[in-house]
Amino acid sequence: MVSAPEPSLARLRRVAGAVPDPELPVLTIADLGILRDVRIVGGTAEIDITPTYSGCPAMAEIAAGIIRAVEAAGFGRPRVNTVLSPAWTTDFMTAAARRALREYGIAPPPEAAARRPRFAALPLPCPRCGSAETEELAPFGATACKALWRCRACREPFEHFKCH
Amino acid sequence: MSTTSITVRETPLVRFLLRRADDALILGHRLSEWCGRAPSMEEEMALANIALDLIGQARALYAYAADVEAAGHDEDDFAYLRPERAFGNLLLVEQPNGDFAVTIARQVFFSAFADLWWRALAGSADPTLAALAARAEKETAYHLRHAAEWLIRLGDGTAESHARAAAAVEALWPFTSEMFEAEPDEAALVEAGIAPDPATLRDPWRAALAEILAEATLALPESGWMQKGGRQGRHSEHLGRLLAEMQHLQRSYPGASW
Repeated sequence: MVSAPEPSLARLRRVAGAVPDPELPVLTIADLGILRDVRIVGGTAEIDITPTYSGCPAMAEIAAGIIRAVEAAGFGRPRVNTVLSPAWTTDFMTAAARRALREYGIAPPPEAAARRPRFAALPLPCPRCGSAETEELAPFGATACKALWRCRACREPFEHFKCH
Repeated sequence: MSTTSITVRETPLVRFLLRRADDALILGHRLSEWCGRAPSMEEEMALANIALDLIGQARALYAYAADVEAAGHDEDDFAYLRPERAFGNLLLVEQPNGDFAVTIARQVFFSAFADLWWRALAGSADPTLAALAARAEKETAYHLRHAAEWLIRLGDGTAESHARAAAAVEALWPFTSEMFEAEPDEAALVEAGIAPDPATLRDPWRAALAEILAEATLALPESGWMQKGGRQGRHSEHLGRLLAEMQHLQRSYPGASW
């Protein structure tokens, strides 16, 4: 006995959404809130994604990853559209994504990406030991989305996904 | 067909978009010149990251200009195939990197303006511009925080760093007034709520600068004689050299791609 086939639109959403972020393979584009919509129009799969940081070089790789995954799932060659509005913020990240980041050793952005005062310190718990005794080492890291921090309690350095 | 130069089909909106894209591109290129030369590994990454954000902002504005222009051009054509006189960027952003204090003072001046400008643009009646601005304003606020923290560290640091920071602020000050002047062809865009009137940003900018400079124990310069011309395509000698380097490949090998 075989289970009932999954409706194709739901399957398309699952396949496209499961594409990993090339710089954060622990997260998918659905986790990050990059996947905005999927449609099947006249037999062609259409995928809407939204850019994250203006200078993020991963966007081209993400679009290529979507095309590869959707084609491999038998939908044919999809169209990938860029949707600008509403602008992406770290508030679009799911709770599961924040948890996955923390387990991976990256401190997730605090929720509600509000503007903070220019020189106010950002309280950020250590993703390894949970201590609040942390400090920023450098506001820019190895990718456009990360900063470098360290924990004064467990002495471990860690990355922080910037709150944008 | 490959070409070494394009003529833009100009409208007020296209010119407006190109001027602001040019600001971001030229400053992004200047910051990229620090690659391999920055004072520390962390600052190397910071300057490269800020450059990347600025070039990303420029790409978004150029891409929108290409849509509006509808003449078959793309973002690379605008960056690589326009002559110096067709660039409408501020004179401030094309000024050479100088020492680290000059780079930081230039960044504080520009980011403090861009922070206000993107926030104002986020309320634009044009939904594409509003969406681009909502993204860019967060990045720009981050750039401003970083540059301001450095200016404070330099100004409130050693006698040497203080003197260099003070000299940088004085030297670049005459390039700041141009930020707040709208071109006559932008009046209708301001009227329609598409573009912010930069003149309204002058006082908030001055207040932000006063706060940062006070913290840095640096004097806010007196408003004296001011340079202008960048928005009209009359540039300092430095832009031509920057473009000669940036555009070299496309000029020498038209249509080259990889």
